[in-house]
Amino acid sequence: MRDILRRFGILFAFILLMVVLAFLSDSFLTVNNLLNIARQVSINAIIAAGMTFVILTFGIDLSVGSVLAFSGAIIAGLLSRGHPLVVGIGAGLLVGGLIGLVNGLIITKGGVQPFIATLGMLTIARGATLVYTDGRPITGLPDAFVWLGAGEIARIPVPVVIMTVVFAASYVVLTQTVLGRYIYAIGGNEEATRLSGVNVAFYKTLAYVISGALSALSAVILTARLNSAQPTAGMGYELDAIAAVVLGGTTLAGGEGGIAGTLLGAFIIGVLNNGLNLLNVSSFYQQVVKGVVILLAVLLDRRLR
Amino acid sequence: MEGISKSFPGVQALRDVQFEVQGGEVHALVGENGAGKSTLMRILGGVHQRDAGEIHLRGQPVEIPSPVYARMLGISIIHQELNQVPALPVAENIFLGREPRRAGGFVDWKTMYARANTLLQDLGLPIDPRRRLGTLTVAEQQLVEIAKALSVEADLVIMDEPTAALTVEETERLFRFIRDLRPRGVGIVYITHRLEEIFTIADRVTVLRDGQYVGTYAIGELTMDGLIRLMVGRQLTEKFPKEPVAAGAPVLEVRGLTSRGRFTDVSFTVHRGEILGIAGLIGSGKAAVAHAIFGAIPVDSGEILVDGHPVTIRSPSEAIAHGIGLVTEDRKRLGLVLGMSVTANITLPVLPELETAGFVRRREEAARVTQAIRDLDMAVASPEQPARNLSGGTQQKVVVAKWLQTRARVLLLVEPTRGIDVGAKVEMYRLMVDLARRGVGIVMISSELPEILGMSDRILVMHEGRITGEFPRETATQEAILASASGRIHRA
Repeated sequence: MRDILRRFGILFAFILLMVVLAFLSDSFLTVNNLLNIARQVSINAIIAAGMTFVILTFGIDLSVGSVLAFSGAIIAGLLSRGHPLVVGIGAGLLVGGLIGLVNGLIITKGGVQPFIATLGMLTIARGATLVYTDGRPITGLPDAFVWLGAGEIARIPVPVVIMTVVFAASYVVLTQTVLGRYIYAIGGNEEATRLSGVNVAFYKTLAYVISGALSALSAVILTARLNSAQPTAGMGYELDAIAAVVLGGTTLAGGEGGIAGTLLGAFIIGVLNNGLNLLNVSSFYQQVVKGVVILLAVLLDRRLR
Repeated sequence: MEGISKSFPGVQALRDVQFEVQGGEVHALVGENGAGKSTLMRILGGVHQRDAGEIHLRGQPVEIPSPVYARMLGISIIHQELNQVPALPVAENIFLGREPRRAGGFVDWKTMYARANTLLQDLGLPIDPRRRLGTLTVAEQQLVEIAKALSVEADLVIMDEPTAALTVEETERLFRFIRDLRPRGVGIVYITHRLEEIFTIADRVTVLRDGQYVGTYAIGELTMDGLIRLMVGRQLTEKFPKEPVAAGAPVLEVRGLTSRGRFTDVSFTVHRGEILGIAGLIGSGKAAVAHAIFGAIPVDSGEILVDGHPVTIRSPSEAIAHGIGLVTEDRKRLGLVLGMSVTANITLPVLPELETAGFVRRREEAARVTQAIRDLDMAVASPEQPARNLSGGTQQKVVVAKWLQTRARVLLLVEPTRGIDVGAKVEMYRLMVDLARRGVGIVMISSELPEILGMSDRILVMHEGRITGEFPRETATQEAILASASGRIHRA
């Protein structure tokens, strides 16, 4: 029983939350609202997927929100000047990946702690965004692009489809591939992994590249949904992403956890936001409640371990 | 302790075990890895809760719900793994959590340092309590840990492998101190794999086997062989199953290898099928030689040849590519990813061989691991069991299994039997002989003279980073090796 609770504790917490909200609000458990939640969750969930890779290596990536803003600006900048969709999105993802690469190199080759390295990058990328946009939103995006944020495929919002693909791919990578094995091994015991002949610096860097690229992918969704790139987009997103990962049972000490938990963690945060809105809780109180729930969930999880 | 039972998911760790320590006695607790010694002591120390049985302290039944509570009851444990803060001074480590206070809750530094000083002098330790703990040697840190346990003025001190990292003299010093404790009425539980120590220091010995109580004996009524028989439940035919193997061509040659601050001008040759022993005291640089050959620490000058060809090794992956494997002295910190499964640990160095387009070929991996588990006779419940839950001897087999996967032609073994029990030691030696027979060149670096003498074809001795002696198996003696280890030059 305890074993089951431990493995699925967060899932029970999630179900409990759903049941409570379903009783409190008539409009909560409707198809439209649930799809709405999924669409809202997608951005944080995709960032959190990348964050999971990084945290599993015993790292952290604080730059994700700024990377989102910068890639979003690059994408919108190119598209608004009439460049094709592929070029704009491709450039955005490339920029996100490159920033991740720089993060990874500073950490592995420069020997800087991940917290500090990505904190620096958080500021740099935010500043670069403001420089690039001159502090103003970029608008005038093509309809085909906007569809990525607002469109639907068989009633399923496109962002939800993208999120599903990202999580399915991440799950396969982390559980079935050599890369996944190395990510867990590095987080579990970096030195022993190095002494097993694994190029630790390379795979750690790759985790940051993945995180950067997925932040850029979430920039695609956010920019498309807002139909503009905002220079202040993504502020504080790193914290929601970290919260989702930790809620999902991945330990900040690295090496233990997984991507399925992260999805659940992101949904708990999303459902909570949605539920509190439906219940007309003031946005000031929402923050307090959200924080309390996150702490309670993690405390419960620790207790069960 | 009476009728103590404890089970963990899937294992009955202890079944109806009894154990009794009197004030003023040194009571050794022995058994192979997995016999339940540590579990029993963790119950006594409040880390685990028993499923059944009773604990009496000074005749009164007690419950020990937590480690803090155990300490309040006067039970103090010196752990196998050090439990210290390297960045803090020695004195602060000793009094961590129970610093002497003045009014207002301020730490009374003066009293703290004075008491630390007295304590260390009592132990005969020339250590400045102001030094940061991290700057001490591992042996000194161990002694500080012991000082810490003694400083709480416990009635019962549990020492779990206290001498694992100590030199001969330091061990002697510890024994003197233990003898001094006896008249004070302190009961000491002494856990060790070094059975000869038991005959030196213990008054009585309790033997556990497979989680069950075998018996308690006065030390005078036992012989070493008798004790081993009680522990393993069978007669061990020979302690060192060394077999002569015809040495083949040189497989590893090291010429003038130097790593500044660690060792200087180290040269030797290992042949196929040969076991080369490297002896030396702690701090002689012998372990660093292995790490340097493996590319884990930088080399400043010198040459390494594999199969007669000069090679460049700048990282462990290059060493592995040249057929070299390293079993480190610290399997938990350097050898294993404890949270990962036996399977994932064993195949970690060979995943590139087991992948198709980045995917691990799970079936082939499982087959290889099953084979390895059978070959090395590993006591694992399942290949998916985390390495953390294995006994020391089995963990060591997992580490060796990694290098069998890479088909290493040179195996560097650093302290291959540290912290593993008698039975597992003999198995490790058998494995070495078996590998030698298959043509692997083995470098065994060890602080245990008996195994150096018992297993090596040739013996090198290091002192302060240099090779000071070389002995063929036939003429090597303990005295001659010790003389070289303390600096006297000897050339065979």
